[in-house]
Amino acid sequence: MASNDSIKKTLIVTILLCIVCSVVVSTAAVLLRPVQEKNKSLDFKRNILAAAGLADEASSQGVEVVFSDRVKTRAVNFDKGTFTDEVAVAEYDQRKASKDPARSEDLTADQDLAKIGSRENIGLVYMIEGDSGLETLVLPIRGYGLWSTLYGFMALDSDLNTVVGLGFYEHGETPGLGGEVDNPAWKALWEGKEVYGDDGDAQLNVIKGMVDANTPNAEHKVDGLSGATLTSRGVGNLVQFWLGENGYKTFLANLKKGEA
Amino acid sequence: MKVKELLFAPVFSNNPIALQILGICSALAVTSKLSVTLVMCIALTSVTAFSNLFVSLVRNHAPGNIRIIVQMTIIASLVIVVDEVLKAYAYEISKQLSVFVGLIITNCIVMGRAEAFAMKNPPLASFFDGVGNGLGYSAILIALAVIRELFGSGSLLGHQILPLATEGGWYTPNGLLLMPPSAFFLIGLFIWGIRVWKKDQIEAPDYKMAPNTKPQAQEV
Repeated sequence: MASNDSIKKTLIVTILLCIVCSVVVSTAAVLLRPVQEKNKSLDFKRNILAAAGLADEASSQGVEVVFSDRVKTRAVNFDKGTFTDEVAVAEYDQRKASKDPARSEDLTADQDLAKIGSRENIGLVYMIEGDSGLETLVLPIRGYGLWSTLYGFMALDSDLNTVVGLGFYEHGETPGLGGEVDNPAWKALWEGKEVYGDDGDAQLNVIKGMVDANTPNAEHKVDGLSGATLTSRGVGNLVQFWLGENGYKTFLANLKKGEA
Repeated sequence: MKVKELLFAPVFSNNPIALQILGICSALAVTSKLSVTLVMCIALTSVTAFSNLFVSLVRNHAPGNIRIIVQMTIIASLVIVVDEVLKAYAYEISKQLSVFVGLIITNCIVMGRAEAFAMKNPPLASFFDGVGNGLGYSAILIALAVIRELFGSGSLLGHQILPLATEGGWYTPNGLLLMPPSAFFLIGLFIWGIRVWKKDQIEAPDYKMAPNTKPQAQEV
């Protein structure tokens, strides 16, 4: 067995092992990519419907059916706060755009509450329309928690102020602590909260501990997650960012006036 | 050793969780729902079996100095493959398992069997040893998950069995069972049960209390 420990043998074994293992791993990754992409896009749509409170319909009729029936995807220019037709919504990759300097805007430290670095110029919003016009508006939101960027949706009622639902579809927070952002009981706390205060600023935030319903502004506050102070703070900040000046605020104001 | 012994000895007489106390971390984390547990059991059993097989195949060529790295590379590659397969064919469950699939890499059972068994035994025997230890792990996990899901949420595999008081039934679920620490109590009870049945698993006490030699001071 002594020959096994020679430098030559060690190198040969290491290199061969690495080559074989990397071929196996990359084959699996490449072969399974299309199925995974399909799952991801289905999960994306399911989360939009779940944030909008259409989860039951989606599970009985199928996500694709409900999504194509009920949801209208529109592109929004953040700076102008209006709908835009500059991009084809079906092919637009918002995540890619947010990293492309030509199609995004760098944020200064005090603007960048959500710690995302740069914000794309054009974002997609998902509108669920009923007979009487807009019923629910689903806005993609994202921001940094403790370990990872949380990607999710916030759904607003037709008054563009009351929260219908919130949910994250991708994050890497600690399971059991920050990962509790997925807990249905916590997500349910967001329902009925109001985003904008009387002064027109986004006030909705996550506080530490429980919200006492009797305190002033309780409608703008959500309980923090215990054991996950930094994730809770991150969620509060990202909500503040996306509903604020650099996020959807201009667009929501225009939409309310019917000028979007 | 016979195949039968390799496969079934780890289930009760040499259980990786109950006797060797390995792999506790995932046993606490993934057993609040039976469906998730079943997927985790299949994932771990296949990783243990195949890592044992491949480690055993290269055992005569692996230099002693880097044998642990060789084992880790093989295990890590298998875990990535399992993770990719889950993402493709069981997306919802893979999201619920989140980091725990990745953490199979550090599962003591996988590493322990590779180092203790597969490095010294031929490939086929190693493969069956891996399956056997996977079964031993699965047996405990499934038992935990059945108890935790049934009494914690009143359901099994998502089907409501005990009607919940909150939904007009009679059963008030035990919230503690949904928390990871409850698995500690249950594993403790299992270990007790197995040792009552198989007395040879009881370890000799580390020390014995000596009788008190000095007379007690009289109370004044």
